[in-house]
Order: sequence, then C-alpha cells, then structure tokens
Amino acid sequence: MSSVLYDTPGPGARKRNALLSVVFVVLIALVVWFVWQKMDDKGQLKWSLWQPFTTSEAWTTYLLPGLGNTLKAAALSMVIALPLGAVFGIARMSDHRWVRIPAGVVVEFFRSIPVLLLMLFANEFYARSTGVTSEDRPLYAVVTGLVLYNASVLAEVVRAGILALPRGQTEAAYAIGLRKGQTMTSILLPQAVTAMLPAIVSQLVVIVKDTALGGVMIGYTELLNTRSTLAANYANVIQSFVVVAIIFIVVNFVLTSFASWLERRLRRSKRSTGAVLGAEDMEELNPAAVGGTFGSGASDTI
Amino acid sequence: MQLRKVTAASAAVLALAVAATACGSSDKNDSGSSGGGGKIKVGIKFDQPGIGLKEPSGSFSGFDVDVATYVAGKLGYKPGQIEWVETKSADRENALARGDVKFIAASYSINDERKQKVDFAGPYLLAHQDLLVKKDSDISKATDLNGKKLCSVTGSTSAQNVQKTIAPKANLKEYSGYSECIAALQSGAVDAVTTDDSILAGFASQDKYKGQFKLAGLKLSNENYGVGVKKGDSATLKKINDALTTMVSDGSWQKAVDKNFGPAGYKNEPAPKIGQIVK
Amino acid sequence: MFDFLQGYDVLGAFWMTVKLTALSAVGSLVWGTLLAAMRVSPVPLMRGFGTVYVNIVRNIPLTVIILFTSLGLADIFGVTMGASDFKVQGFRLAVLGFVAYTAAFVCEAVRSGINTVPLGQAEAARAIGLTFGQTLRLVVLPQAFRAVIGPLANVLIALTKNTTVAAAIGVAEAAYLMKSMIENEAQTLLIGAVFALGFVVLTLPTGLILGWLGKRLAVKR
Repeated sequence: MSSVLYDTPGPGARKRNALLSVVFVVLIALVVWFVWQKMDDKGQLKWSLWQPFTTSEAWTTYLLPGLGNTLKAAALSMVIALPLGAVFGIARMSDHRWVRIPAGVVVEFFRSIPVLLLMLFANEFYARSTGVTSEDRPLYAVVTGLVLYNASVLAEVVRAGILALPRGQTEAAYAIGLRKGQTMTSILLPQAVTAMLPAIVSQLVVIVKDTALGGVMIGYTELLNTRSTLAANYANVIQSFVVVAIIFIVVNFVLTSFASWLERRLRRSKRSTGAVLGAEDMEELNPAAVGGTFGSGASDTI
Repeated sequence: MQLRKVTAASAAVLALAVAATACGSSDKNDSGSSGGGGKIKVGIKFDQPGIGLKEPSGSFSGFDVDVATYVAGKLGYKPGQIEWVETKSADRENALARGDVKFIAASYSINDERKQKVDFAGPYLLAHQDLLVKKDSDISKATDLNGKKLCSVTGSTSAQNVQKTIAPKANLKEYSGYSECIAALQSGAVDAVTTDDSILAGFASQDKYKGQFKLAGLKLSNENYGVGVKKGDSATLKKINDALTTMVSDGSWQKAVDKNFGPAGYKNEPAPKIGQIVK
Repeated sequence: MFDFLQGYDVLGAFWMTVKLTALSAVGSLVWGTLLAAMRVSPVPLMRGFGTVYVNIVRNIPLTVIILFTSLGLADIFGVTMGASDFKVQGFRLAVLGFVAYTAAFVCEAVRSGINTVPLGQAEAARAIGLTFGQTLRLVVLPQAFRAVIGPLANVLIALTKNTTVAAAIGVAEAAYLMKSMIENEAQTLLIGAVFALGFVVLTLPTGLILGWLGKRLAVKR
C-alpha cells in the first residue's frame, strides 16, 4: 500500500497497526455478543420469526416482486438521469445567459422539493394529462420523481467536477484548436466525471434506495412496501427489516463494485481509491479514448 | 483479473434481472377498463390482518376483502374477476377521483372532510378506537393511560385523539405502521397500542400473537367504515348500499365478522343501518 | 381555499425540521470528515473500518436506519438517549440516525474533494516534513473542502428533505404534520403543494448561497 499522503509503514508502525487490529476485533466481538444476548432476551432470535424467509412463498409473493419493481424503477431512473444530469450541469456553465439561467432554475427548483411529493404530483399529472394505465402509472411517477431530483443533483456534481479542473486544461484545448463543445466533451467532462465518480456512485445508490418512497403514498409495490405486507403476515417486523436491509446492501454493493471496477478501468492505474489522484495523473491518459469509453459505457450499463 | 470477472458477471445478472422483470410486467395491460364482463378494480389495504391482508399464497383475506367480494358479486363480478389494488390511506380520495378503482373498502372511516371528496356507501361496520394490551395488563380505562407508554400510527386519527382528548399525559410513541407498534408492545417497549378495535382484533387474532394480547374494550370514538365510491357515481353507490343491506340480512355479514375478528374476544357492534352514521 | 391550514402549527413543524437538520448537519460533517480521514489514513484497520462503514450505511434505505434506531436501539437494546419521554427520545434517536447516515455521504464527497487536489500538493507537504495528520489538516483538506462545496450543498439539501423520514418514528416535523393534515382534511394534493413550497423556501436559499460560496472559494488552478 503506498499513498502520497504518508510513508510506507516501518516495523514500529506495523507492530502498532497489528495491536490496534487485535483491540478492534475484540471490541467488535464484544458488541456482537451483546447484541446477540439482547436479541435473545427479547425473543427476537426465535426460529419461528426467521423461518418464513426459508419458505419459497415469502420470496415469490412478497420479496422478489418487490425487488423486481425496485430494480426496474432504479435502472430506468439511472439511465435517464445520468445523461440528463450531465446536460444540465454543462448547460449551467454555458456562456449564453438564456441557456445558463433556465438550467439553473430547473436544477435549483427540483432538488429543493422532497422526492416523495414530486412523485405524488407526477402521479397526478400522468393521470390527468396522459393515457398511461393505472397499472403503469406508479412506475412512471416514481421514475419521473427520481429523474427530476437526481438529474438536478448529478448536474451539480458534474459542474463542481468541471470547475475543480485546472484552467490550463481548457486553455490547452483551445490552443490546439478544439471548439467549446469539443473541449467540454473530450477534455473537461471525462476528467470531471472520473474525479467525481465516488459522488456520482453515491447518487446512483440514492436512486436505488429512494425507489422506496414510491411505496409510501402512490402505492408502487417496491421492496419496502412488500416488506410491510410480509411483516403483517408473519408478525416479524424486526426480522423483515434485517432481511430487507441485507438485500439492499447486496444490490447496492454490486452496483458500487461495478462502478469502482469501471473507475479503475477508466483510470488505467493501479492506485487504490485512497490515493490522491491529481489532475496531473489524468493528463497521462488519452482524454479522447477515456471520453469514448465513458460516454457510451456509463450511461448504457449503469 | 478475478475480481473483474466477478463484478462483470454480477452486473450481467443485475441486467438480466431488470430485463426479466421488465418483460414480466409488460404483458398484463389488458385489464384496463372496468365494467361489463371484464375485471373490477377494488381498493383495499394489503397489510392489515383481519381487515385486508395479502397472504403468502398471493390470495387476500380480511373483513374488508369479504365485504368487497360480496359487493362485487352483487355488481355482477365473480371473485376471479376482482383485481385487488393497494390503496394507501393518503391516496384513497385521489385513487377514486382518478377512477383507478371502482370502489374502496379499506378501513375507510366516514367523516365530513372526506365526504366532500368521495361518496360513501354504508356504513358497513361500526368500529371504536380501543386499546390492545398484554394479557396480564391492568389498564382498563382511558385515564389509566396517563403516564403510561402508548403506541399508535403517525398522523392517524387515533394518535391525534390521544394527544387532544383521551390521555394528553400519556407518553405516546408513533410508528409508521401498526405492525411496528405491535412489535413494540410485544417487546415491552410500550404498555398499549391504540387504534380501531377492528384493526387491533385482526392483529391479536393472528397465530403468532394468539393468547398474548387482549382488547381493553373501551369505546373511545366511533369509526363508521364506509365503502368509498367516486363522487357523483350514484348508480354504483345505490347498488353497493343494496348489496350491503342483503349482506346483513342473509347472514353473510355476521359470518364475515366471526371469521375475521373472532379469536380476539372482539365484541362487534350490530350491523349498522345504511346511511346511519354514529357520531 | 387555504382554510384547511387553520388550527395547524405549520411553522412550528418546519421549525422542528430546521432543528433536526441543523443538529444532524453539524454532527454528520464532523463524523463524515473523520471517516474520510480514516479512509485515506496509513492505518489499514482505519481504512478498513471507514470503507466497511460507508459501504454498509449508505446502502441501506434511510427509513430502515431511522426505524432501526427506534425499533432496535431503543425498544430492544434500551438505548433511550437519556430521555424517557418518547417525543424527546424520538428526536435524539432521529438525529443519531441522520448523523450516521449522512456522514457516509459527507465522507464520499470529501474523498471526491481529496481526489481533486493535485498530487504535487501532498508531495510538497511531505517534502517539508509534515506528518500525515498535518498534511491532511493543513494542505489537502482545506483545498478539498473548497472543491466540494457544491456536492456538500447537495448533501445538506438532501438532509433537509430526508428529515421527513423522522415522521416514521413520530418526530413532529413537517412530514408528520402533513400526514395528520392529510388524514383529517382529505386534501392530499393541496397539502402536498403547501409542504413542497415550504421545503423550497427552506432549501433554495441553502443551494444558492452555498453555490455562490463554492464559486467564490474555488481553488483557481
């Protein structure tokens, strides 16, 4: 492990690290033991409360349909929100006032309204002015709410990433004769997106989790919603929350692992995420190639 | 290299799952219009045992479900033609106004504000706000609650009643669902759960809870459950009222009450007269 | 048209939202920065802890975390946060939940910021003999924070709106009042619009001020 922030640990530091690890493991073990004891005291470990999750009905009637709907809404929202966010982020930095200001208004407005209410209004909008059937409407409303909010947030992330790039990047791009659009798509955006990838991934995870808001008011049968139906049947509230939390962790872990694999591929560098990766490093990459892989890769697959 | 394969594979699985669910749901759009020989959409609760519950087998049970099935039968729909739709409390008025469902039977109490938005058939059940306590509890009247720990659902009428009139000094815990409150009662975190006695009886009758809880039997409020229909749909309203009347007179009503609320020692009120709202 | 607002303490509910947000924001900024420091620290254990914490906490829906604080921590493990009154207890548990959750996002935002600091800065800091702590505190973090004011503003705005989840454990903030009003008045859309407006009023200035600040403070390179 090497990082520019500190030296490779010597023998003393290694010994200290080992000791810390032992202390920490003991502490964790104590906490786990305490949790186990308390759960047992309160009768939460009784097999009859966990047993339903070993039956196929619990999965086929409640959890899997819920998970399917969660993934469907999340995937659609990501595919739409990512490019839309990039467009709004860039539009907000436009040299033209008539592009910059409306983009700014849209971004600021939609990220300040709770997503739950956006979904509620979207649901009503689709009911009044489109012919979407009432089976499909909750999905449309959920995706609309998620896209409006998350595209606004992603726009801000992209913008912050571009603003943080050294000015020399833009100047050099102009100097070799690139136009404004080319500078943005092949020089600035790829670097900004790479640098901001952790924040972008966080936002994608937010999309997956926020699908849960669809079950609160407009009756989208996502995972948390089907959980409450399940818990009402089996009378195992705590257990159902634990299982659903694990499902969400696994789904999002797959998503983040994929994103960090992508991150590594984009950087073509063996540095860990903890390393400081400066703009200088990215100059070593071929910007055009990176732009190519990311532009198609990210928005298609994530 | 190894990790790369694993993540790529899992991404593929994820994509497949998404594709599969997308395909799975796109082929059931044929049930759009209601009426005639087609399907009828009925709004119920999915997560209230004894009232409206989606069972592990995928079928539905509960008093509201039985009432709705009976009513739909009188409207000319066989049980197989009923499509159950989950209507959350906040969405009930809008779901009717949009025409998403033909009618709603979802522990839907009739009140003046709601009557401005929807028409109510019935009432078909007179419920009361009540307390669910542990079997050995000594809480027997409302004033016993002051200083006790009580649980109800966030924003519900029952929770508001407790804070305003019934027991302002009670320590009120609020959760977003009844299941959570019952879990808190079971673990001893609260002394009582309060909401409509019908809902409480439904939970207490569940196999997992049988014999652990009892209803205090207090009539803290009157909740007249009605069948909600779209404002101005007087034809359906009349048919439903007629259906409810026959349901009571042919004994199906009492059978449904006994079946769904029986085991908890719930003493039901006699069947209410149509249009007679007990304040 | 707006007579349904009568008898409801809308301002009081939003004040509760502000209190929840402010306390949770301070807590999560501190805890999140510490987590980010852990994730780039020389001690493998700390790096491991930071990574595992972030990957678990940010992957769980907030509703589940908030409910865990009440259903799990309070009801089962007896963590009452020094209050027997459920209103006070719920508020403190909610703040705890928000801090635990939001810190994961603050951590990731700060880490993104560290990624934007040129390599030479850290190298130069170490060349003049600064330790890891000093390098981070004096050189890297100040520049990193200035680069991520935008993303942090997003996190703060998200937090403001996320406080609505506290209604799930009975904290009397805006969403809680909204639920009661919808239950009583049967006016879901109109009430929803009023509360949406309330949140716009709360968060729009935050976004604008922090956006302006981000531009002003950006490190010119």
